[in-house]
Amino acid sequence: MLHRRHRDGYQISLQGPPGGAQTLRLSGRLNLQAMGHLLAQFKRVLEPTPPASLTVELSGVQYLDSGGALALNLLSEQAAQRQVPLKLEGLGPQGQQMLALVRPDRLAPPMPPPTPRPGNFIENLGVGALRLLDDLVEVVAFVGSLARALALVARRPSVLRWRDVELYMERVGVDGLPIVALISFLLGLIMAFMSAIQLKHFGANIYVADLVAVAMVRELGPIMTAVLVAGRSGSAFAAEIGTMVVNQEVDALKVMGFDITVFLAMPKIVAALLMVPLLILFSDLLAIVGGMIIGVTYLDLTVYSYVQHTLGALSVGAITSGALKGVVFAFLIGGIGCQRGLAVAGGAEGVGRATTSAVVAGMFLIVVADSIFAIVQYYL
Amino acid sequence: MTQADASPSPAPAPIQVEDVTLGYGQNIIVEHLSFSVTPGEIVVIAGGSGCGKSTVLMAVIGLLPPRQGRILVHGVDLARAGEKELARVRRSFGVLFQSGALLGSMTLAENVALPLADAAHLDRRTLDLLVRLKLALVDLDGFQDYLPAEMSGGMNKRAALARALALDPSILFFDEPSAGLDPVTSAELDRLILRLNQAQGTTMLIVTHELDSIYAIAHRVVLLDKAAKGIIAVGDPHRLRDDSRDPRVQEFFHRRPRD
Repeated sequence: MLHRRHRDGYQISLQGPPGGAQTLRLSGRLNLQAMGHLLAQFKRVLEPTPPASLTVELSGVQYLDSGGALALNLLSEQAAQRQVPLKLEGLGPQGQQMLALVRPDRLAPPMPPPTPRPGNFIENLGVGALRLLDDLVEVVAFVGSLARALALVARRPSVLRWRDVELYMERVGVDGLPIVALISFLLGLIMAFMSAIQLKHFGANIYVADLVAVAMVRELGPIMTAVLVAGRSGSAFAAEIGTMVVNQEVDALKVMGFDITVFLAMPKIVAALLMVPLLILFSDLLAIVGGMIIGVTYLDLTVYSYVQHTLGALSVGAITSGALKGVVFAFLIGGIGCQRGLAVAGGAEGVGRATTSAVVAGMFLIVVADSIFAIVQYYL
Repeated sequence: MTQADASPSPAPAPIQVEDVTLGYGQNIIVEHLSFSVTPGEIVVIAGGSGCGKSTVLMAVIGLLPPRQGRILVHGVDLARAGEKELARVRRSFGVLFQSGALLGSMTLAENVALPLADAAHLDRRTLDLLVRLKLALVDLDGFQDYLPAEMSGGMNKRAALARALALDPSILFFDEPSAGLDPVTSAELDRLILRLNQAQGTTMLIVTHELDSIYAIAHRVVLLDKAAKGIIAVGDPHRLRDDSRDPRVQEFFHRRPRD
């Protein structure tokens, strides 16, 4: 004979001979928390020897929720499968309603969702390739609309929302200064330190100044600044525009007749075009200061000789080409950030994906563009 | 059969709002608000736009601490309750947010299973069955593998209700349940609210300004007013409409704009 008290507050007892007419008495609270335990007890009533008939006495039940009701319905189902006649007794009208609410036999078969879920490797590969193609088409279309918008702004600068340009110049440029300064300064410091260890052997300490200046102005300044701007601002552009897409703000602008590229993308891109070259110059300067600190303190160079050597190593051409790279990088970062934002589909998750994609694609494009610059410079 | 009772005293009011003042920043929305909801009662908070209906709901579910006064849910002051007590009380109520607030990255079944898996220790198959039954309650059986983005606004709202119902809460809160729903779906939702109230004795606090819904479901209406920064009338909606002499109450129930 079964007689149990569950910690969640229900009691169960079974009366009657095994294989004969049995009565299962339940009282207390039959709820979700007790459901798992309850189902296990029911299994023991029906197995291994099912009763000839089963009466479930429920007049002592104080509370029945969907979990308890489902357990009772499952007991009825299992009893019917084993041809055990089952009677539920002592359940009030509210309990009857509860039982009627959770009838597993009335469930509809599952429907296949409209968009296919990820399949096997080959399918995923195909879907990925098609998506990449769509993505490329979208990027090309966006570059086209950007070029058109740029031409429009060049012809009629008043169509651009200059107040937004100012705002984004502040966000991209001014707000980015501290982190660009810190990282560039440390980069200069590290470069000077690492090269000093080698150059000291040859008594070529003074060339630390040349190395830091040339490496920074030609390569590392533009790249480091661009990577930082991609992380700070490219992602912010994508998130901002993406959220506007999700909230239908972009749709609202479209139906009001605004050109989305001019209205949303251009102020951000123009601001980036103006600020990134300046950030690069700032970054170059801070790195040179970092290098100089090592030169003066660790390599016994004077400030005068360090500055002289730095100036000697640099040319106006090198500085301009660094800043010019910045213009190209800014276009890529701003463009991809805005494009990813506009391509957002779905809700919050889509915005997250767009933000990540803006940063990753931005950095990839920066490196590709920089390689092209390197090759062009080699042949020039 | 009685409904679950989380508080120790016999049949206390599941929701008690006592002399509460609410606001955001410098802005006071409602002042000295007091009302209570008895077990199994359906109370509608109504009023024009900006009168603070949703603010009151946010405060009652513990997302906005009151400036003054206290709000008891099952006898527990949510603004001062400890983590454990807060979690226990929160498990005893369900909330249907205005937008549905389903998690977009999860299927309907996963959304509904979210609170269930934590509370009931069930095997996978029984859990799935329970989830499908919860979805069937809101006429969405079969749609368990859909993502929220693949369904209409009304379906999403019903799925969100299924999630709110997952733990058989003793109190259900609704924020504008009929917002964005067509009249038929809205009426179906009203019917579902009544059915749950009868089958489970669920206490309900509903924020809405839909008059049809109010007449169909409300046992009592708490009518708020923006200018009064509080309650201007409480009672049976039909009686308020027919008997109240307050011009503001008449304006609301007869859709009469102020001159």
